[in-house]
Amino acid sequence: MRKMKYIEERFFRVLMFLSTCLIVLVLFLIVFSVLYKGLPALSWEMISQVPKGGFYFGKEGGILNAIVGSLYLSVGATFLAFVIGLPVALFMNVYLVKHKKLLNTIRFFLDLLWGVPSIVYGAFGFAIMLFFGLRTSLLAGIITVSLFIIPIIIRGMDEVFKSVPRGLLESSLSLGSTRSETSYRVFFKQGIAGVITALLLSFGRAIGDAASILFTTGFTDHMPSGLSQPVATLPLSIFFQLSSPIPEVQDRAYASAAVLVFIVLIISLLSRMFSNVYHKNKIQF
Amino acid sequence: MKQILKVRQLGLDRYLKAKLHAGWMMACLVLVMLLPFILGVGLLLKSEMLIRDHSLLDLIFSKEWKPLSGEFGFYPFIVSSLWVTAAALLIAGPVCLLTAIHLTQYAKKYVLRIMHPVIDILAGIPSVIYGVWGILVIVPWISNYLGPFFGKTTSGYTILAGAIVLAIMIIPFILNILIEIFRNVPDELSEASLALGATRWQTIKFVLLKKSTPGIISTFGLGISRAFGETIAVLMVVGNVAIVPDGLFQPGYPLPALIANNYGEMLSIPSYDSALMFAALILFVVVIVFNLFARALIIRTDKHN
Amino acid sequence: MNNTKITVKNLDLMIGKHHILKDINTSIPEKKITVIMGPSGCGKTTLLKSFNRLTDLYPEVRLNGQIMIDGKDVLHTREDITKIRKKMGLLAQRPYPLPMNIYNNIAYGLRISGRKRKVWLSKRVEFYLKQVSLWEEVKDRLKEPAARLSIGQQQRLCLARGLAVEPEIILADEPTSSLDPISSQAIEEKFIELKQRYSIVLVTHILRQAKRIADHVIFMYLGRIVEQGPAEEIFNNPKKEITMSYLKGKFY
Repeated sequence: MRKMKYIEERFFRVLMFLSTCLIVLVLFLIVFSVLYKGLPALSWEMISQVPKGGFYFGKEGGILNAIVGSLYLSVGATFLAFVIGLPVALFMNVYLVKHKKLLNTIRFFLDLLWGVPSIVYGAFGFAIMLFFGLRTSLLAGIITVSLFIIPIIIRGMDEVFKSVPRGLLESSLSLGSTRSETSYRVFFKQGIAGVITALLLSFGRAIGDAASILFTTGFTDHMPSGLSQPVATLPLSIFFQLSSPIPEVQDRAYASAAVLVFIVLIISLLSRMFSNVYHKNKIQF
Repeated sequence: MKQILKVRQLGLDRYLKAKLHAGWMMACLVLVMLLPFILGVGLLLKSEMLIRDHSLLDLIFSKEWKPLSGEFGFYPFIVSSLWVTAAALLIAGPVCLLTAIHLTQYAKKYVLRIMHPVIDILAGIPSVIYGVWGILVIVPWISNYLGPFFGKTTSGYTILAGAIVLAIMIIPFILNILIEIFRNVPDELSEASLALGATRWQTIKFVLLKKSTPGIISTFGLGISRAFGETIAVLMVVGNVAIVPDGLFQPGYPLPALIANNYGEMLSIPSYDSALMFAALILFVVVIVFNLFARALIIRTDKHN
Repeated sequence: MNNTKITVKNLDLMIGKHHILKDINTSIPEKKITVIMGPSGCGKTTLLKSFNRLTDLYPEVRLNGQIMIDGKDVLHTREDITKIRKKMGLLAQRPYPLPMNIYNNIAYGLRISGRKRKVWLSKRVEFYLKQVSLWEEVKDRLKEPAARLSIGQQQRLCLARGLAVEPEIILADEPTSSLDPISSQAIEEKFIELKQRYSIVLVTHILRQAKRIADHVIFMYLGRIVEQGPAEEIFNNPKKEITMSYLKGKFY
């Protein structure tokens, strides 16, 4: 009877260990199986050319249009979200620090927005687009995606600015700086590495999401040529190629997936680097 | 009067700059705060046509989905969504709980250092990649091994495939919050229990888990709301057949997939457009409700302690 | 000196690369109040927690040396650690009531050790609540969460909870540091009463408290024991410079 309690603990410890291993294993399995299928089909041609006639029947061409399109879209959306998000995050932590209740409400709303699925943003973006009589275009995509990453970017930066010590705010104000000067010169500078981490994370979200742009960016075999033109993106290009019945095209989908995995891994690596820098520079009291 | 004083102090240039910045910040904040309402109202307006012509009960409980003849029964899609979400949580929940306990209670520090990037990368992998992986690995596995094992013939494109892929996608999300929750339980509480002669595991069961119960429930609530709206990955492996599923080995057609698959056609029929917006509205409402419930629970228990 | 309850021999404790306890040698007398004093960060609390091996909770902690309770080494034993821990009740700096109601806070330790009979349990609960003079205050609200009690009440509840598993030793880690003066006094008085039956080890940085209740004193500094002995001796004729200046209140 005495031993029972230890047997139970043993059992669960084994289970816990296994489930931890399972998570690591799954990550490797995902990366490995996508690269395993994708790398053989990956060629210089794939990432340096746009689709030629017959690309979708397995003939020559590449996905350069989608890679460039995805970069344009994500850079644009991250930039737009940053322009709107940075002032909000600064405002919360420089102007509103004293209003705890209000701050909590704002954070609550942001978390709500964060939880809204990207397909809902997509549908909403589409409705807006129709309302203003726009066509599917890079601009419509940028607006939709930025709506979707705004809460992510704000909460990310909010966490950074929140950890800037109160003393720094007070001493900056007492030196005669206005609050807006304090915001950009003290807070922004202090948290720059953390801000970059937040930007990279949002960029990663933006480049990987398909549901929000399904309705809004359209798709084209040409290189993106302007804000008002439709644009191809990597996730959608993977999605479309994979639904083709032709094996060569499917293989290209895997190759495109490998490209996307690469991009995401690089972003993750970079953001880890910046977050380490940030944690080293953080002033602690 | 006060303004004039300020201008004197700062100089007109700095004063105007400060005003301008503050104004811009305020405007951005207001815009962001209004966003949830704009989203809700926008979707409501767009689905108004459908709601006007059909009763809400009909929409939710009718099984007939014939857009061309104006019949919109969302029942199969709602049930599919419920199946996929529930199954995903059943898989992800225990795995996350066990791992979070392991990482916070037993594991050495270096294990956590390894796991942090693993969780981060898992969270950063795009949903379309999960879908590709599902098609490459999970779907054939179900079709060739798991299905026959349970005596079912299946293509592999099933509720179960969607649930497995979805479970892996929400694992990093749930795991991160759980680790945070367990970390916030003070060590002294565990020490108190140990000092009374409890074993490590008894302490975890009766003290750690008990103390964290509200947090765990709300985390699962947030996990559900995240799973409910996931689109592309699920869509790629779940089969997309508009019938009411009655088992894990059946294909399903969750709400997000319904919206995503039909975006091209819907423009031709106005009521179809309206129906898809209604589907988006359902997603929106479900997600908001689960979020509200989860966060309310957290706030309530915070007050108690 | 009478019987010793705990003997520590050549104890070293490392957390990662930090050497927290250095070559500790001491003995704790039975049925007396032993006070461990010293400036904060000198390792008092760590020493206290290694007595009942709560240090096991942290994988980075490494222990070398011997800790003997009633002559048995607890660090290198094959005996069930839970049995050893039950010999020692712990009172922490702040009260940490378990996340359950008042009744179950006391009954928890008893149930863990396999006592399940309801009538017996409620008798025990009442008995120990009376021991810490809490019964009258809580007898009508036993089913309420323990977190609703005042801090002073919570600390007494924690004491009762520790007593309920019938320990022989009470380990107290600055138990009054979060309490108001009146509750502090109540706890101190309880200790003087309890030393008839228990060996008490008390960590404190309040000099006056130490003077009020100590029988035996251990003075620690930077992870070492500087001086130890009967209370009167240490307080009246400290032999070391550093003890002297601490007693004069030169540093904390």
